[in-house]
Amino acid sequence: MKDLSVDGLGMVYELPKGGSVQALHEVSFDLEAGRLLTLLGPSGCGKTTLLNIVAGFLAPTSGSVTLGGDPITGPGQERGMVFQQGALFEWQTVAQNVAFGPRMNRKGKSETHDLVQDLLSTVGLQGFGDKAVYELSGGMQQRVALARCLANDPEVILMDEPLGALDALTREKMQGLILKLWQETGKTIVLVTHSVEEALYLGDRLFVMAPRPGRIEREYELPFAQQGLHVDPREMKASPEFIQKREELLSLIWEMEEQIMGHEGGTP
Amino acid sequence: MSLHEKLRGGGRGSDTRKTVTFGDAAEVKGSPGWSVVSLLGLVGIWWFIKQGSEPMVNDRTFPSLRQTWDALVELVDRGYRRVGLWDHTWASLWRVLKGLLYGVVVGVPVGFAMGLSNRLRGIFDPIVELLRPVPPLALLPLFIVWFGIGEGSKVNLLFFAAVWIMVIAARAGVLGVQRSKVHAAYSLGANRWQILRYVILPNALPDIFTGMRVALGVCWGTLVAAELTGTTTGLGAMIFAASKFFRMDIVVVSIIIIGVIGVAMDLIMRFLERRLIPWRGRG
Repeated sequence: MKDLSVDGLGMVYELPKGGSVQALHEVSFDLEAGRLLTLLGPSGCGKTTLLNIVAGFLAPTSGSVTLGGDPITGPGQERGMVFQQGALFEWQTVAQNVAFGPRMNRKGKSETHDLVQDLLSTVGLQGFGDKAVYELSGGMQQRVALARCLANDPEVILMDEPLGALDALTREKMQGLILKLWQETGKTIVLVTHSVEEALYLGDRLFVMAPRPGRIEREYELPFAQQGLHVDPREMKASPEFIQKREELLSLIWEMEEQIMGHEGGTP
Repeated sequence: MSLHEKLRGGGRGSDTRKTVTFGDAAEVKGSPGWSVVSLLGLVGIWWFIKQGSEPMVNDRTFPSLRQTWDALVELVDRGYRRVGLWDHTWASLWRVLKGLLYGVVVGVPVGFAMGLSNRLRGIFDPIVELLRPVPPLALLPLFIVWFGIGEGSKVNLLFFAAVWIMVIAARAGVLGVQRSKVHAAYSLGANRWQILRYVILPNALPDIFTGMRVALGVCWGTLVAAELTGTTTGLGAMIFAASKFFRMDIVVVSIIIIGVIGVAMDLIMRFLERRLIPWRGRG
């Protein structure tokens, strides 16, 4: 199990018309293996940029990211990725999608077949292996994406608003699935979300990020994800502790949004 | 079902409870009944203008249905200029298929290169953009000098007609790949070659297929003109030879065969498309 370490991360985007945007400024944190970190913040706070740097799709302008002491310089299969939508291969069946990683690594056919069947039942899709991915609903497609990611047994799973395109009910079910996978596999997860409730419910750690420059504004250690599997989710989300935290975060983010509006001179 | 309903193509799952259908694209599916009426109408007009002892259109201008049918029977029976009708047709088809094949074999890799590399995009861009708008027939004199009056110049001409279409189609297919798919594949351990083979190629197949359909149509259209010189086989050669002897019946039969084969090829391509790339548009 490898710890993730982010040190003095900075990211500056040059704008095509001149000038630049500081998407990240001096972001540092250590994430022990097996934690579930949620990243929350208004748009422009750099949370997706941060995720893409950890994934290895972007190189930071300063600072470094290491996993288990090894610097991250590009994408790699020890860091699995789940996107909001559209990242499944629609020319392949569900099972072929899940088998993609092992196939790229030239793993044996029967071994891969068994693994795929296992993973499909883990995410609740047993019997769907031969379906085309476009025949599945949005929620089921995200289950496929989770299984596909797990097939390579990554150290860290990075999720970029994985439930953002789902309806409220499906979303809640999928939150339960993510918690279940986290507890059963013990993987480190970093999850970007727009939803305060989701960040609170899933985050064993939570960073609230702020824009201009993109930075970590506040950190939380949260109990809800640990209890999540044993308590009814509706009950937990209606508990006084949860509501109190939710309102605290909402007013924090609301304040930031107000500042952004003021910054842009956008008072109507 | 009344005749009117049959003609509207009713009963094919159209939602008759909709109150707004004008402007609703999903409600416009065509109507096979009316297509049959339209075809019969054309034949009817053809029949009508040839009626009477002094028909509106004389035989030198346009043959009658009877003459055309007789010409077809004669062609099937004895061929034209000692070459069977099927051989003429096959000669044309074979040229088109060869031209298209070469166009695909050259055009797809070039299109991929242009979609994947700045340098190759820079190198090929002026070539493609300059030659793409040139009508293939404008090159016929050059091609005859280079490749001879026979098959060489014809197939090369068809290749020229097809290749730019395939380049553009393949490039569009590569540029249309969603970045998240490429990212996902890299994160799953794919190398560059595997990204090309397992992500970019299948993702570009629908566009490549569309390109092939368009190229096939353009080649088929170019072919007849290309066959006007330097060959005694092919439907275009048949038309040209027949016109010298005012055999308008044979000209018309050739035109009908060209049209029917064009439609048949497109139907075959659409069938193949449904079979081979059922995921089109479902990404």
